[in-house]
Amino acid sequence: MAGTTRTPTNLTQGAKADAGIGASTLRPDGTLKVTGEFAYSSDMWHEDMLWGFTLRSPHAHARILSVDTSDALAQAGVYAVLTHDDLPTEHKKYGLEFTDTPVLADGVVRHHGEPVALVAADHPETARRAAAKIKVEYEELPVVHDEASALAEDAPLLHPGRDDHHAHEVPHPNIVHRQPIIRGDANAAARRADVIVTGEYEVGMQDQAFLGPESGLAVPGEDGGVDLYVATQWLHSDLRQIAPVLGLPEEKVRMTLSGVGGAFGGREDLSMQIHACLLALRTGKPVKIVYNRFESFFGHVHRHPAKLWYEHGATRDGKLTHMKCRIVLDGGAYASASPAVVGNASSLSVGPYVIEDVEIEAVALYTNNPPCGAMRGFGAVQACFAYEAQMDKVAAELGMDPVEFRQLNAMTQGTIMPTGQVVDSPAPVAELLRRVKALPLPPENQWESAGQTADVRALPGGLSNTTHGEGVVRGVGYAVGIKNVGFSEGFDDYSTARVRLEVVAGEPVATVHTAMAEVGQGGVTVHAQIARTELGVQQVTIHPADTQVGSAGSTSASRQTYMTGGAVKNTCEAVRDKALQLGRRRFGTFHPAWATAELLLEGGKVVTDGGEVLADLADVLGDDVVDLELEFRHRPTEAFDIVTGQGFGHVQYSFAAHRAVVEVDTELGLVKVVELACAQDVGKALNPLSVVGQIQGGTTQGLGLAVMEEIIVDPKSKVRNPSFTDYLIPTILDTPTIPVDVLELADDHAPYGLRGIGEAPTLSSTPAVVSAIRAATGLALKRVPVRPEHITGV
Amino acid sequence: MDFLRPASWEEALAAKAEHPTAVPIAGGTDVMVEINFDHRRPDVLLDLNRIGELHDWEVGEDTVRLGASVSYTRIIENLRSVLPGLATASHTVASPQIRNRGGVGGNLGCASPAGDAHPALLASGCEVEVASVRGTRMIPIDEFYVGVKRNALAPDELIRAIHLPRADGPQQFSKVGTRNAMVIAVCAFGIALHPSTRTVRTGIGSAAPTPIRAKAAEEFLAAALEEGGFWDNGKIIPPAVARQFAELVSGAANPIDDVRGSASYRRHALGVMARRTLGWTWDEYRGNERSARCA
Ligand SMILES: Cc1cc2nc3c(=O)[nH]c(=O)nc-3n(C[C@H](O)[C@H](O)[C@H](O)COP(=O)(O)OP(=O)(O)OC[C@H]3O[C@@H](n4cnc5c(N)ncnc54)[C@H](O)[C@@H]3O)c2cc1C
Repeated sequence: MAGTTRTPTNLTQGAKADAGIGASTLRPDGTLKVTGEFAYSSDMWHEDMLWGFTLRSPHAHARILSVDTSDALAQAGVYAVLTHDDLPTEHKKYGLEFTDTPVLADGVVRHHGEPVALVAADHPETARRAAAKIKVEYEELPVVHDEASALAEDAPLLHPGRDDHHAHEVPHPNIVHRQPIIRGDANAAARRADVIVTGEYEVGMQDQAFLGPESGLAVPGEDGGVDLYVATQWLHSDLRQIAPVLGLPEEKVRMTLSGVGGAFGGREDLSMQIHACLLALRTGKPVKIVYNRFESFFGHVHRHPAKLWYEHGATRDGKLTHMKCRIVLDGGAYASASPAVVGNASSLSVGPYVIEDVEIEAVALYTNNPPCGAMRGFGAVQACFAYEAQMDKVAAELGMDPVEFRQLNAMTQGTIMPTGQVVDSPAPVAELLRRVKALPLPPENQWESAGQTADVRALPGGLSNTTHGEGVVRGVGYAVGIKNVGFSEGFDDYSTARVRLEVVAGEPVATVHTAMAEVGQGGVTVHAQIARTELGVQQVTIHPADTQVGSAGSTSASRQTYMTGGAVKNTCEAVRDKALQLGRRRFGTFHPAWATAELLLEGGKVVTDGGEVLADLADVLGDDVVDLELEFRHRPTEAFDIVTGQGFGHVQYSFAAHRAVVEVDTELGLVKVVELACAQDVGKALNPLSVVGQIQGGTTQGLGLAVMEEIIVDPKSKVRNPSFTDYLIPTILDTPTIPVDVLELADDHAPYGLRGIGEAPTLSSTPAVVSAIRAATGLALKRVPVRPEHITGV
Repeated sequence: MDFLRPASWEEALAAKAEHPTAVPIAGGTDVMVEINFDHRRPDVLLDLNRIGELHDWEVGEDTVRLGASVSYTRIIENLRSVLPGLATASHTVASPQIRNRGGVGGNLGCASPAGDAHPALLASGCEVEVASVRGTRMIPIDEFYVGVKRNALAPDELIRAIHLPRADGPQQFSKVGTRNAMVIAVCAFGIALHPSTRTVRTGIGSAAPTPIRAKAAEEFLAAALEEGGFWDNGKIIPPAVARQFAELVSGAANPIDDVRGSASYRRHALGVMARRTLGWTWDEYRGNERSARCA
């Protein structure tokens, strides 16, 4: 079976592959991905394999009156058709935080595209056609699609009789979770304010738009279990949700990560995992499911759209007095990660500023809109768009420079968050702003080329040839943001790493085995760098990620280098201690330094901290194998108090600042982002090239939200644009120059002092771009993505 | 599904006569998308890629004969000086990969109101050469688009070539999309000045059920240019004339609200594009006149 998929983990490393941390080691999967040779989960194949297909609801809210599968079953080549009634156990739902999502619709469909039935057939086309023959009779129900309709007196309840852990504390059953934070006395502080600025903001529904659609292959095992090869973000979380539905113990559901084509949060929830396993167990044959692009838009959760109300006060000399805000997130039909997104949105709603008196409320709604959950930035993106708009507005009201105003109120190490948590590691917010501001501005009128016609590629509209400079106005804008790293609010967030050290063909070799999902972030590269650094070996093999080793937690929340990287470091240290013990046993009598000196492993040798070589590591190990599996935890956090929001909720904070330079065709409302400079503190850059890649990628995703990316949902809660024809993501012509300035101020609580980096650049990118568009146009622009209609006013 | 691969034009016509429902496939950049998304399930595919002449073009004294399958890339590389409007429009289509495959025959075959070639074709005043076993006829472009995604072809006919007048004056094309490349038009506009006949032709895309001309705008502008002696004196067109022209272009459109844009924005944007492209073409015309006079 292993031959059906190649992953980055079982490829030999290329050039520059033998360096430790701090080096820009090249990724083992890089060349393959660029040349199109990398095997993604959708490329898997198995002899005798069947294809699964999912029949989905055309309605956003409807009762299922009847389902007739007989015509589908009668079609030649069809092996199985499953509906809710065919589920094998009493566990018929799953979910990340609440178990509220039906594996297959249970008499009601709650959103457009909800899975209703499954087909397995010997050809994907046969499966699809058979699914079209399933007769489902629906009775449409009124939809809940916004706060007013969700909380109306006679509002239909999405999940009557809730029994989740937030059910008893929410003000309305259509509210998934509500997190207030009260600190100080905002009303009293407001009386000290010379100016009070309010604003109402809106963030559209962004999609992760990963390029590799949901896919996987389930192979029934001889022991009645199943082997599942799948592209996911967190193998063990999938496993915990899959096994009960199948009625199998977890050890009989063996999961292996297959090639992942991007994730950005969209693979944190299950998609086809349980479906493929059910079909495989039912038919006794391997079953592959691959969503197409259209289906992918229904196959994963999106970023929560949000409405945000803010009030800030400030004194004449530019000090913020207080902040009040209310954030309403649309969670859609099922909870997914909504409770945690609420926690983030509320606890980070102040931004990276010092404001002692605050009144905050964040809620997520249950509606019939598409389910929303994890996406890069996770609740902090929405808040950042609003509070940064407010910062510009307050600065303008005070007649102050927007950067100086931010710097004047910027948090530092020692600042107390609205949750009461003291920020106990560097928080260089003012410095990051200073750095992006100090960069030279890109030259003006770059489209002009001596005497020739305009180079339209450098203009708004690009190749579409809409302007040769007419109507074009430049604007510059700034933003800065704060993101938490790791899982928060008391979650037992750990990662496991197994490390084996042995001699192979005379050379010491380390094997690193974790369940970390490599989704493109470069974790496998960094793990090898860590093992080389800690064990002083050249050769490191990265074992494929699977559930034969303990959980690595999720590849999300900017946590994997910190957490599974930390676990690899931690286990390597224990392995090194064992190896040194072996050395002392074997060679201790030959040299006193074995007993007295601090010993290190370097270049395949045991050396003293003074640099004296004591032995070859290969000789120390001999025929012995050192093999350890250990868990690694970050320091514990606490839940936020449900009334006051107080609590040591977050592990670490991460900061980035952007300066955007845009050119706007003010007559047509088209935008060209000319440059998007970013400065970010990363604690320690384990792989500087990867760091820059993450920052540029996150910045571009933020740009997408600013000017084009939105899933459009109509008032009947139906998705209008589930395709890359109409869900637009930035092309290379939309992607500006992105100068990156990396700061490395160590966080003493973290391995190597590193800071999780993947999300912070996604936060401030969006508000910086919009701030620049506001500067160019003089418009208020309260909503992203900014559309041409918002700029032209028609 | 049958897959026919005629080796010659005559064989292709015979095949189409025998299988009138056969779907021709040229670059396949529309056909394959429709098949993959199951929007269309043809019984017979008629592959035109073995017919070499469809990829050829011929630049004559007055006209350019453009084979139906000449790719956008070839048009951009080879025909910019004789067909500037179509070349500019071609450059706005999709991405380099699609431009290497797709061509004007396919754009006409689809007859989508959003096809980017159409405004340039309408502005040029070309004719479409179509043929069947029954014979060949020339369809004026003004009569080619007959409904939403419907063209004037009979079931047994194929497009062989497009006959475009060589540009006798400046031409421009402009399209609005909410991304700076690789985007379906929210709306588009083409304009061609025809100094030899002292006329102006236009084309509007994505703002009506079919690609259309803004005839009232064309007539108004031609009259205004004539009246002011502009063709001869090469003076700057007064802003009021440009404004009126832009308004008439907006007024010619009959757009809808959809996920790509609102009807009112489309009208507005067409006006802006009309005013700007008129400015660009007229500037070029004046420049040419001046250098002609100096020479
Ligand atoms: C990613 C992507 C982006 C795109 N972006 C754009 C864009 O920006 N602008 C744009 O205008 N289009 C765009 N398109 C659509 C498409 O590329 C164009 O319409 C192109 O001109 C089609 O040409 P083709 O040769 O590939 O046509 P095909 O797909 O081969 O055919 C298209 C239609 O024409 C018919 N046809 C083809 N040749 C003949 C013939 N000789 N006689 C009769 N009928 C014929 C076919 O039967 C079919 O109905 C895009 C397509 C894709 C996939």
